Amino acid sequence: MKFDSPATTNAIDQLKVVGKPLDRIDGPFKCTGTAPYAYERHDMLPQAAYGVVVGAGIAKGRIASMDLASARAAPGVLAVVTARNAGKLAKGKMNTAKLLGGPQIDHYHQAIALVVAQTFEQARAAAELVRVRYESTPGAYDLSAVKDSAKPPKPSENTGPTETAVGDFASAFDAAPVQLDTTYTTPDQSHAMMEPHATLAAWDGDKLTVWTSNQMIDWGVGDLARTLGLPKKNVRLISPFIGGGFGGKLFVRADALLAALGARAAKRPVKVALQRPLIFNNTTHRPATIQRIRIGAERDGRITAIAHEGWSGDLPGGGPETAVNQTRLLYAGAHRMTATRLAVLDLPEGNAMRAPGEAPGLMALEVAMDEMAERLGLDPVAFRILNDTQVDPEKPARPFTQRSLVQCLRQGAERFGWSARQARPGTRRDGRWLVGLGVAAAFRNNMLQTSGARVRLDSQGRVTVETDMTDIGTGTYTILAQTAAETMGLPMDRVTVRLGDSLLPVSCGSGGQWGAANSTAGVYAACMALRQQVAHKLGLDPAQAQFADGQVTAGGRSLPLAQAAGGGDLVAEDKIEYDKALSEKAQQSTFGAHFVEVGVDVDSCEIRVRRMLAVCAAGRILNPKSARSQVIGAMTMGVGAALMEDLAVDKRRGFFVNHDLAGYEVPVHADIPHQEVVFLDEVDPASTPLKAKGVGELGICGVGAAVANAVYNATGVRVRDYPVTLDKLLERMPLQL
Amino acid sequence: MKEFTFERARTPAEAAAAVARTPGARFIAGGTNLVDLMKLQIETPGHLVDVNGLALDKIEPAPGGGLRIGALVRNTDLAADMRVRRDYAVLSRALLAGASGQLRNKATTAGNLLQRTRCPYFYDTAQACNKRSPGSGCSALDGISRQHAILGASEHCIATHPSDMAVAMRVLDAQVETVRGDGQARTIPIADFHRLPGSTPQRETALEAGELITAVTLPPPVGGRQLYRKVRDRASYAFALVSIAAIVQPDGRGRIALGGVAHQPWRVDAADAALPRGAVAASEPLLAGARTTEHNAFKPLLVQRLLAAVLAEAGRPA
Repeated sequence: MKFDSPATTNAIDQLKVVGKPLDRIDGPFKCTGTAPYAYERHDMLPQAAYGVVVGAGIAKGRIASMDLASARAAPGVLAVVTARNAGKLAKGKMNTAKLLGGPQIDHYHQAIALVVAQTFEQARAAAELVRVRYESTPGAYDLSAVKDSAKPPKPSENTGPTETAVGDFASAFDAAPVQLDTTYTTPDQSHAMMEPHATLAAWDGDKLTVWTSNQMIDWGVGDLARTLGLPKKNVRLISPFIGGGFGGKLFVRADALLAALGARAAKRPVKVALQRPLIFNNTTHRPATIQRIRIGAERDGRITAIAHEGWSGDLPGGGPETAVNQTRLLYAGAHRMTATRLAVLDLPEGNAMRAPGEAPGLMALEVAMDEMAERLGLDPVAFRILNDTQVDPEKPARPFTQRSLVQCLRQGAERFGWSARQARPGTRRDGRWLVGLGVAAAFRNNMLQTSGARVRLDSQGRVTVETDMTDIGTGTYTILAQTAAETMGLPMDRVTVRLGDSLLPVSCGSGGQWGAANSTAGVYAACMALRQQVAHKLGLDPAQAQFADGQVTAGGRSLPLAQAAGGGDLVAEDKIEYDKALSEKAQQSTFGAHFVEVGVDVDSCEIRVRRMLAVCAAGRILNPKSARSQVIGAMTMGVGAALMEDLAVDKRRGFFVNHDLAGYEVPVHADIPHQEVVFLDEVDPASTPLKAKGVGELGICGVGAAVANAVYNATGVRVRDYPVTLDKLLERMPLQL
Repeated sequence: MKEFTFERARTPAEAAAAVARTPGARFIAGGTNLVDLMKLQIETPGHLVDVNGLALDKIEPAPGGGLRIGALVRNTDLAADMRVRRDYAVLSRALLAGASGQLRNKATTAGNLLQRTRCPYFYDTAQACNKRSPGSGCSALDGISRQHAILGASEHCIATHPSDMAVAMRVLDAQVETVRGDGQARTIPIADFHRLPGSTPQRETALEAGELITAVTLPPPVGGRQLYRKVRDRASYAFALVSIAAIVQPDGRGRIALGGVAHQPWRVDAADAALPRGAVAASEPLLAGARTTEHNAFKPLLVQRLLAAVLAEAGRPA
């Protein structure tokens, strides 16, 4: 199905199933331990051996020698895989560094060996017996130290242009009566998902099957095949349940490659879960940024000039954190520029983490907006509303398909009790707590991706949906079932959804908050093709046929849907494909507003969030319950980014020191007392046939800034280097000894 | 994890003897710290002596009016004990500020005293650490040291002791009762129990090889307002950046101990003596000789502010 003009009224608009807050259909499996995760596929291969990964103990250099004798001789050991005996390996398209290092070491904890043994305990003990002598070479580990060497990165489809300019920023900024020129930093962050990267691999001749935890099945198959030098058709990747990804499982990682190599070496199935202390340095992370923002405005608060420059670092060949992109679209201003610079760092490789670009970018921009509002003597909500734009500020002839930022801000302010905010910071007190309110805009683009699905109708009137789409805890199973049920006129319990298997039609996968909108559109396309077949079988006019309550009705005749499959299952496969002209003509984005109340302990400066509200405008909400779960999860992650998440870089030794979940703190329940989410009643016909857009990343965008702004409002201390921790407040807080 | 042998001891003396005669042997009780360290091969005992079966899980009145806490009393039970909550509230509060409910259910009184530092370099076997591997150096000195010690540290180690409970025990003047490998019992004042790192940071306590903690005894109740304030970035399940255990009497006299600042719970007699004169006066001796790094330079100020807050709270009507 080609989507080349805005959707009109269609089967989805009945809203009998879509748009309802239904429970997740996979919930009971997860709650009863019957949703099998990759490492737990005992049912498939009970005879699997266990692999434990050895990570490099230096950040950069080479392995001078490796003594494997003790490990090989240890009890139960079946094989030890290293770069020397693994055979020729290529590098995946999505990987920056090799997944199996040696002799060259590209980053700390890069995998350099896999020890395979009969039991996990044997493999773990033997892995400790691998003796490695390294020759270290100096590396670059400090972004601020190499900032000036940063260069414009190679432009790509994902990152957009590395420089943009409209009008004459420099002159307009100089002429602006009110100016702001500030620099913000965000630290490296880890996805820290619950389920580690894990894979069970088995060979059948030269055919490889991996049960793994991966967000993007087709990318995974491609890169695993490429790395191993296999034709793509020889690799099958199965990933029906995923215990969190957040971008950390967009790509094939060392667990999958090493499980495959280990299984080949041990001549039996092997499973590998990355040990938790390895995950932080071995896998990808959200790169740290330095961001300079300049805003110039008239005294009445209208922005005349806005500039956002971002610096980040990565291994050679890596990419930037595109923190400046939202600034091209979020606020008005005739004179504007952005620039992205990338330095070479020898830290572990950076890559996407939930809302890459916008999440750290808004942490800076939305604090700058708060600072600018204060300089102008304007309320931060009013300042944002004043500078709203209904068109792409770089191309004023190009509108947004939907843009309800102002409504989000207004409704949020009303619901949250924003009017109670004291404009003068540090003036509201509740016992030992200084109390402050903060606001930030949320913005994330809506990305369109081709997505395919197959649907099957059987003689019992049941529909089975099959696609390689993944459910990373987001609710995909449920919304795809809702889509098929709505389109085919069935109740939910007549629909079965199978996901996460590379034998199934290629979908958009889960990433960039594109999963829900595109995968449901793919299922819709397949269902519409199936409806054609059904109508044809039943001798009904497809153009007239109504599908409802298990019946198909047209021209005064009504027949059971099941009857169409009486002579055998009907199968339809299709995909949604988008005409680029549609998204070029008008900008598709999602919007929101975050409101946060914090308390700051007047003595210790400990910061605790007291309540949060997000108002989101993201097209049709397919399932308000799972969408709300996505947003509150994202808000929680945003609190982590604001207040605690920080991969601490040892700038001498070149690695993230706090590489476990005791050292890398993420919010716990006690940190998040009250969250509310409101979705504006909105449809976006220009996005997909379901008129839906992404929402799972919108929820994190801006949260960090709203928290930081609330801390400022509470204390009068502005922290521009995340995370906002008590040590950054202490010295500047009034002493009350 | 290295392979190890395992036995269950029947009496404290037997347990102590078993560990004393077996090189590399360790006691195991709740295992909440030791097992993790064994998995990471930071601790590699060849033999474990399980002391869980020893009848050391009672809280009972001590002669002279104190309270004798068996070494195996779980943190949850100790925190909930009515006598502790009434007479030694600082201990109950410190316990509840530590770890998580699940860990407190498992962790024991003796094990809590013996938990090892959370220095990230101690936990990473690829890094130099004099505590884990004596003589290898200290990576934290010029590395990441936000959590690290500002008092009593050495050029060999700047790790902190992570316990909350031990800070309360220190302010309560607890006594640690032990039995040695030769069967001899002795009592170690808590002040002498945790060592400073000096040039041997691998030696963390006054215990000899094979010496088993059998109980921790609290002296008779001293009354006063008993407070424990723990500062951390997140609201729960995090180690202290700084903590204060305080007992303050109505006349302003009292005692204080700090957590998160040293290789042992930190208490200074001169600081206690200065308490009636307020937080500023007490902070000076308390923090005398403090040496900070780029990352933990905030701790002295935090201690001062926290002490002021605790004294203010203690002075307010309950």
